[in-house]
Amino acid sequence: MSGATLGPLLGEDSENSGLGHRGPESKSIVVPYGFWLFILSDIVLFSALFASYAALVHATDGGPAGKDLFDRTKVAVETTSLLLSSFTCGLAFIAGKRSNMLWTQAWLVVTGLFGAIFLAIELNEFAGMIAMGAGPQRSAFLSAFFTLVGCHGAHITAGLLWIGTMMAQIWVKGFSPRMMRRFLCFTLFWHALDIVWVAIFTVVYLMGTTP
Amino acid sequence: MTERDKSANDVAPGQPHDKLLNEVASYVIGLFLALVFTATSFWVASTPVLWGPGIGVGLAVLAIAQMGIHLVFFLHLTSGPDNTNNVLALAFGVLVVFLIMAGTLWIMANLNGNMMPPDPLTNMQMQG
Repeated sequence: MSGATLGPLLGEDSENSGLGHRGPESKSIVVPYGFWLFILSDIVLFSALFASYAALVHATDGGPAGKDLFDRTKVAVETTSLLLSSFTCGLAFIAGKRSNMLWTQAWLVVTGLFGAIFLAIELNEFAGMIAMGAGPQRSAFLSAFFTLVGCHGAHITAGLLWIGTMMAQIWVKGFSPRMMRRFLCFTLFWHALDIVWVAIFTVVYLMGTTP
Repeated sequence: MTERDKSANDVAPGQPHDKLLNEVASYVIGLFLALVFTATSFWVASTPVLWGPGIGVGLAVLAIAQMGIHLVFFLHLTSGPDNTNNVLALAFGVLVVFLIMAGTLWIMANLNGNMMPPDPLTNMQMQG
């Protein structure tokens, strides 16, 4: 209302919608941008978990500390497989942009396999810790650890389900603009999870085991 | 819409470049750099050569650098005008993350510092 009346006074185009002269952006920009905002809010969620972990890391209540629990070799393998998974996810999208069904599906399978390797190692680590009495109820430190790393693991699990769903959808529906938007959102999600993992392996595993 | 107008358009976050070789090169460079930084982090954390108290800061710097590499080479975030919205959203996210982390650590350290030393009498009452 005020824009319509003030526009001519200010010497502007009276049809100015407030969205710029080109009008609203296309869906291929708006949808990934909205998803980018979701990812940033997800990272804010992780930052709260990081903050509580950092505040509670010494509250071991006489129980085992990070030094006694974490195995760096396992973490190195986890880190490498998640990084390679992020890489192949990018390759899958490059193939997808060129509507190459074979390579897209192949790279997505590789992405999922690396993600599954990561998840298997993590679950194995959790099971080992719980078996030796270092479960989340042992101390505040372990509660914070399982919440932070488990939340990341839950995201990876959701990502694996997403990979499977998307492979089937691309197979059936082809590379329509709608599918490519979903695909781009998935690559954003998967790369962001790798960024969160960089923070986790540094803060939890490396800083937690330095002598 | 002219070609010049098109290049001024916004780019979706994560949208790769246009040429196949450039796109793949971006991912290969990113993977290589990320692997180098990861290996350096693990080395820094386990070597006895470096000065102990500085290791934490070094690890934090390496991690932040690696996140930057992921953002540039995997998520294709640039400083170009077509990326302004994506970068601004990221900057706001980083601000919130910084406030949450720094604020929590600051307050919790203060609380721990100001905590009254445990009184043996109260301790007994609480146990009883």
